[in-house]
Amino acid sequence: MPRVLRELGTVEGRLLFVIILMFVGLSLSTDSFLTLANLTSLLNNNAVNLIWAVGLLVVLIAGGIDISFAVAASVVQYLAVYVFGLMGGGNWFLGFVVCGVIGIGLGLINAVLIHGFRVISIVITIATFNAFFGLLMFFSSGRSVYLLPDWWTDRIFIFEHQSASGVWSELNLAVGVMVACVLVTWILIRFTNLGRQLYAFGDNPEAARRAGVNIALMQALAFGWMGMMAGIGGLMQVNIVKEVVPNALYGRELEVLAAVVLGGARLGGGRGSILGCILGVMFVAITQNGLNLLGISPFAFNMIIGAAILIAISSSNLSFDIRPSRRAVLQEAAK
Amino acid sequence: MQSSAQDAGTPYVLQMFSVSKTFGGVRALDDVSFEVREGEVHCLAGENGCGKSTLIKIVTGVYTPEPSADIKCFGQSIRSMSPKQSRAMGIAVIWQDLALFPHMSVAENIAFDQMVGNLPRFVRVGSRLDQVKSILDRLGVQLDLDAPLNTLPIAQRQIVAIARALMGDARLIFMDEPNASLTQSETDHLLEIVRNLSAQGVAVVFVSHRLAEVLEISSRVTVLRDGKMVGVFPTEGMTQARLTELMTGASLQQTVAARDRSAAKPVLAVENLTRHGEFENISFTIRAGEILGLTGLIGSGRTELAHSLIGMTKPDQGAIYLQGRQIKPQSIRQAIDLGIAYVSEDRLSLGLIQPQSISDNSSISVLKSLLNQIGLLSPDKQGQMVRHWINELSIKIGDPDDAVSTLSGGNQQRVVLAKWLATEPQLLILDSPTVGVDVGARAGIFRIIRHLAENGLAILLISDEVTEVLFNSDRILHMNGGRIVNEYDPRQTSVDALEVQIYA
Ligand SMILES: Nc1ncnc2c1ncn2[C@@H]1O[C@H](COP(=O)(O)OP(=O)(O)OP(=O)(O)O)[C@@H](O)[C@H]1O
Ligand SMILES: [Mg+2]
Repeated sequence: MPRVLRELGTVEGRLLFVIILMFVGLSLSTDSFLTLANLTSLLNNNAVNLIWAVGLLVVLIAGGIDISFAVAASVVQYLAVYVFGLMGGGNWFLGFVVCGVIGIGLGLINAVLIHGFRVISIVITIATFNAFFGLLMFFSSGRSVYLLPDWWTDRIFIFEHQSASGVWSELNLAVGVMVACVLVTWILIRFTNLGRQLYAFGDNPEAARRAGVNIALMQALAFGWMGMMAGIGGLMQVNIVKEVVPNALYGRELEVLAAVVLGGARLGGGRGSILGCILGVMFVAITQNGLNLLGISPFAFNMIIGAAILIAISSSNLSFDIRPSRRAVLQEAAK
Repeated sequence: MQSSAQDAGTPYVLQMFSVSKTFGGVRALDDVSFEVREGEVHCLAGENGCGKSTLIKIVTGVYTPEPSADIKCFGQSIRSMSPKQSRAMGIAVIWQDLALFPHMSVAENIAFDQMVGNLPRFVRVGSRLDQVKSILDRLGVQLDLDAPLNTLPIAQRQIVAIARALMGDARLIFMDEPNASLTQSETDHLLEIVRNLSAQGVAVVFVSHRLAEVLEISSRVTVLRDGKMVGVFPTEGMTQARLTELMTGASLQQTVAARDRSAAKPVLAVENLTRHGEFENISFTIRAGEILGLTGLIGSGRTELAHSLIGMTKPDQGAIYLQGRQIKPQSIRQAIDLGIAYVSEDRLSLGLIQPQSISDNSSISVLKSLLNQIGLLSPDKQGQMVRHWINELSIKIGDPDDAVSTLSGGNQQRVVLAKWLATEPQLLILDSPTVGVDVGARAGIFRIIRHLAENGLAILLISDEVTEVLFNSDRILHMNGGRIVNEYDPRQTSVDALEVQIYA
């Protein structure tokens, strides 16, 4: 079968089709959707989600799941505030290092628990989700932090444009960081031996073990990568909202999880792509934005995402596991 | 047959002494020794559950043996092997359960071992394509290298597993039932490759339940029984009967058992059944108590025909009658309710829920009949039923509550059989029911099938093993290119005559 046809039949292909439909529909039915200002703010508002999404993608590919990353990002923010305080300021470079390292540390806690106790990741990360959040609320006493280093809250634009009517459109630094995170993750999972081993481990752990794949390393890589993305996402989130609020990110994990699953990452491991992940986040973002512009109740958003997940999961089961094998049987019979 | 490898001068590539392994209460290996010489084809023979796969997993570091073990690999003493280390030393394996990656492409599966390693390194997906292609050429097959593995039928997956073991330069290759789902011609290619490898000095350890093949390919055979060594024997002068006796501790005689059932009433009648591109104009009848053999090469349409009979696919034309009434099963569930049971070809992946218990797996298709008065599953009834079939099929298990995945390959297949036999069907369709089952158990399974037939069950036995259909059917249909081309009476033909017809 030609490659193009096969790509069209994938989750990614169909999701792209749906997104194009939505894009065209919203452009025609509202005047505000297809404007530079709206599209750039869409990117700004979803940059952090996509940073987390590519982290979560790596975990899903390796056959795991992580519920704790959004709360972990809050923990990173608080710890970073403390560390920058000790350092007497800090700068962007140190910001990435500190947040990345703390994030990796939190991710490794998950990895060690999962691998050490041989407990499935959903159980462990629900536990760490609660533990992280409890500790955070306890030590912060629920207080937000507004006094932050200037470098951290100063707006940095990587793109600015003023239209004839005087409306400003701009892209935040977070969008640039997002692009970098996506690229690096893409290289990891697609072009390195470690990435291919992650797929294998998620696909058939026993076979991977027999082939000599280092299972502990895979868990550490997947959850460490997720942790690093959680930390970087946390850092950029502060740059956008200019405050650190303990429960600001609570609940975001499900939105991101929905986006990644919609993008074709398989719960259970072994399948998922960067393209799908981007499209999944785009789908969620455009849905939210479109409902807003059309003036529909925000509660409809949750229903639509829920329905989309059901459709995605049931249709992928139908056409991925049964149809191809029927095709294979036919091919064999035709020989 | 190689006799050169028996020369006492040839160095050993592998020597294992006093190897033991216990799982829970099961003594899988008990003080076993095993030696392989350079360039030798060495068979490992024994009944299901005697420990063959366990032995392979110990050599390759998947399991750790008990401390008494003394292992020497390529002259090096090994305390504890890891899978990576064994691979690095030049050991490759074709696993009985294939151990492939279903969502990866065929090419990536075949070339996966180059990905293994802890240090990050750039790799190009689809590199080494030439090598992959040349291996497939040697095997005489063509596969779509970009297709995800899970879109391939089981026979082609097995080819992928074989190709994977041939990548890289292994010096010792374990093949654990590598041809269980292969056609004769693919098997012939494989055996040819084994001979070539052996001529180049690569040692091959071959596991198969097809004894004719074992005797043809190997120079020595190590026989295990119940985890214990029976001995190491040269295959020169060895016969199938003798080998069977060594494996089972009893001698088995195979004879044609066909009877004339033409007076009994028809259970299944198929008229002009057609599904374009799969099979054309199929008509036949199976009578009560009759075992109808259906043979032909893989791809001749026999499995596709079975799929239509049990409602997995819809025929384009023709009619199916069960007990004189026309039926049009729309799903497997409906076919079961109508009294048709189907033991599929790919039973390891389709028939069992691996992590669940033996007991639950064997009773899953008859849960309704195991309910007590208030509609809950009755553990007593379930236990009774499970024990009955474990005894009938002599399934070797520790405890019915153990997960199915802990059973040896052949014993897993018996659990699938038990699951279907428990539905007490009117028509039983068996698609290659003894692939991977040892000789002793085959006889046992056919005894049960014969017994079921005597109680009036109609049985369709699909198999490409000529001896199997010949000795166990009452009549034989031969399919080729989607059509029934001939019918034979087992009493008036012979293994050789039938083989000529089918493979010609
Ligand atoms: N992981 C495990 N846990 C528990 N029991 C096991 C495990 N692996 C193997 N066994 C048991 O050890 C015994 C030997 O199994 P093994 O798979 O080596 O048999 P085998 O000779 O390969 O049989 P077959 O011809 O059916 O493949 C069996 O009784 C099996 O149930
Ligand atoms: Mg085995």
